[in-house]
Amino acid sequence: MRGAETFRALPPRELRLELEALYADYTGCLDEERFEDWPAFFTEPCLYKIVPRDNFERGLPLATWLCESQGYLLDRVTGIRKTSVYAPRRIRRIVSGIRIIGWNGDALETRASFAAFETLIDELTRVFIVGEHRDRIVAADGVLKFREKVIVFDSLLVPNSLIYPL
Amino acid sequence: MRNSRQWPERGVSRIPFWVYSDPEIYAREQERIFQGASWNYVALEAEIPHPGDYKRTYIGDKSVVVIRAGDGGVTVVENRCAHRGLQFCQLHLGHADEIMCPYHQWTYDLTGALIGVPFRRGVKQQGGMPADFSLAEHGLRRLKVARRNGVVFASFSDAVESFEEYLTPPILELFDRVFDGRGLKVLGYSRQLTPGNWKLMFENIKDPYHASILHVFLVSFGLNRVDQPNRVVIDRLGRHASTMTSRGEQKRTEDNADIRSLIEDLTLAGPAMLDPVREFPQYTVCMTTVWPNLIIQQQSNTLATRQIITKGPGSFELAWTFFGYDDDDEAMTQRRLRQANLMGPSGYVSIDDSEVMALAQQGIAHASEASAVVELDGPGWREEQAHGVTESEIRAFYDYYRTVMDL
Repeated sequence: MRGAETFRALPPRELRLELEALYADYTGCLDEERFEDWPAFFTEPCLYKIVPRDNFERGLPLATWLCESQGYLLDRVTGIRKTSVYAPRRIRRIVSGIRIIGWNGDALETRASFAAFETLIDELTRVFIVGEHRDRIVAADGVLKFREKVIVFDSLLVPNSLIYPL
Repeated sequence: MRNSRQWPERGVSRIPFWVYSDPEIYAREQERIFQGASWNYVALEAEIPHPGDYKRTYIGDKSVVVIRAGDGGVTVVENRCAHRGLQFCQLHLGHADEIMCPYHQWTYDLTGALIGVPFRRGVKQQGGMPADFSLAEHGLRRLKVARRNGVVFASFSDAVESFEEYLTPPILELFDRVFDGRGLKVLGYSRQLTPGNWKLMFENIKDPYHASILHVFLVSFGLNRVDQPNRVVIDRLGRHASTMTSRGEQKRTEDNADIRSLIEDLTLAGPAMLDPVREFPQYTVCMTTVWPNLIIQQQSNTLATRQIITKGPGSFELAWTFFGYDDDDEAMTQRRLRQANLMGPSGYVSIDDSEVMALAQQGIAHASEASAVVELDGPGWREEQAHGVTESEIRAFYDYYRTVMDL
């Protein structure tokens, strides 16, 4: 079982490869709409937030999404599958420029830019939302998981609805 | 403008689809509604607590700036330099000791009065403004301002009545239910651009019929359903309204048998998200619409102003300002933030609304010959109703709309 020490001891290049794989698996899971698998990328408890940059920079606590446990994440999946009414769409996410900020206790702090593209029926694909992942990653069950993922998006204005996770 | 459109003979139980798509109608709405004798929501005072604090926002298409003046008063000016028309303010929120246009540095004080024009007297007796140029005549365009319990409204019209008369006693009472004079604490912002006409947003809130059917989340958890206690209040002119309901049980009964979307075994894996406490008397939900651009949201413990900003006939922006009170404890603040998951562009409830409004616009944009049917509990409307199986708020809205628009 690979624990925190295993990851801490990795040479920077190998740690980077681990992170590349983590983000690729994460966005792949969401792009392929395997939402039921999404909560497993997080620890329990966890913090998952999507926040407009305006609120983030002003220190205003309101999030567009706020999930404080795997249960909250699961409820979002239930919302997508069972309760919300919305037009069909495809979202594709690109995460790029992963930066390692450093270890803080047992957590690795990272930042990465992202862009998500939205395709609605009979419409051209458009840039949907762009911003930054600000993450705290820990070793859990032998793999890297997100203990905290704060997604800060640049435009306060969301093109209608943000339904699928980022 | 000539009235080239004919409202259907059935009156306000029909809404002709051209009101949602015709550019001429849209232009007339700007002139008669948003720049007319109306009080438009622009800010919470808590957003601009100190002299020099400002907020950039919109009334209809027009950008305005809300400024805390030196004497504690609030100034609202059009965001347009009196010289060459530049939109001088570009930040959502900021602070400045004076207002200066970047182009030629015409400078205004915090009340919008022009105080400085570079080279006004020319250079070495050459150039400069004519001797009769008066600073006093070239201030920013100032709007009339009304404030009540921490909420700021502005009007382009000097003819508008006092805010209290405008709201009328029954709506004022519901306004004061949330804005009770306590200091407000801004929790944050959310904004979304919906590809639909601005009136669809008002109609959505003025429509307790849909709430019981569309919103699986609301109806399953009993947050808002027609088989629960409901109350609808409309002002005498029909322009404002309020829908109240009380939380019920997650239970199928004879009265909600028509609600196919009710899921009796829907549970939350993260129940802390929805752990409301009783905060306001009698009703657990109160949604108030104030003509022409404000929705006051009180759903359980999540409070917000939703400002409607028009963006052409086929699109509007909804600007949400979530707030609590200065005397909230940490637990209440957390509760408000968690329940905010119901609202905004990712809201468990409001996603449904923004999505169906987009679908509505797609359906009606090219159907000027057809009309919406709004007959539930009709064909008229009353100022007070004790149930939510009604579309009377929408009919009342269009009664007033037709008067203002001369349609």
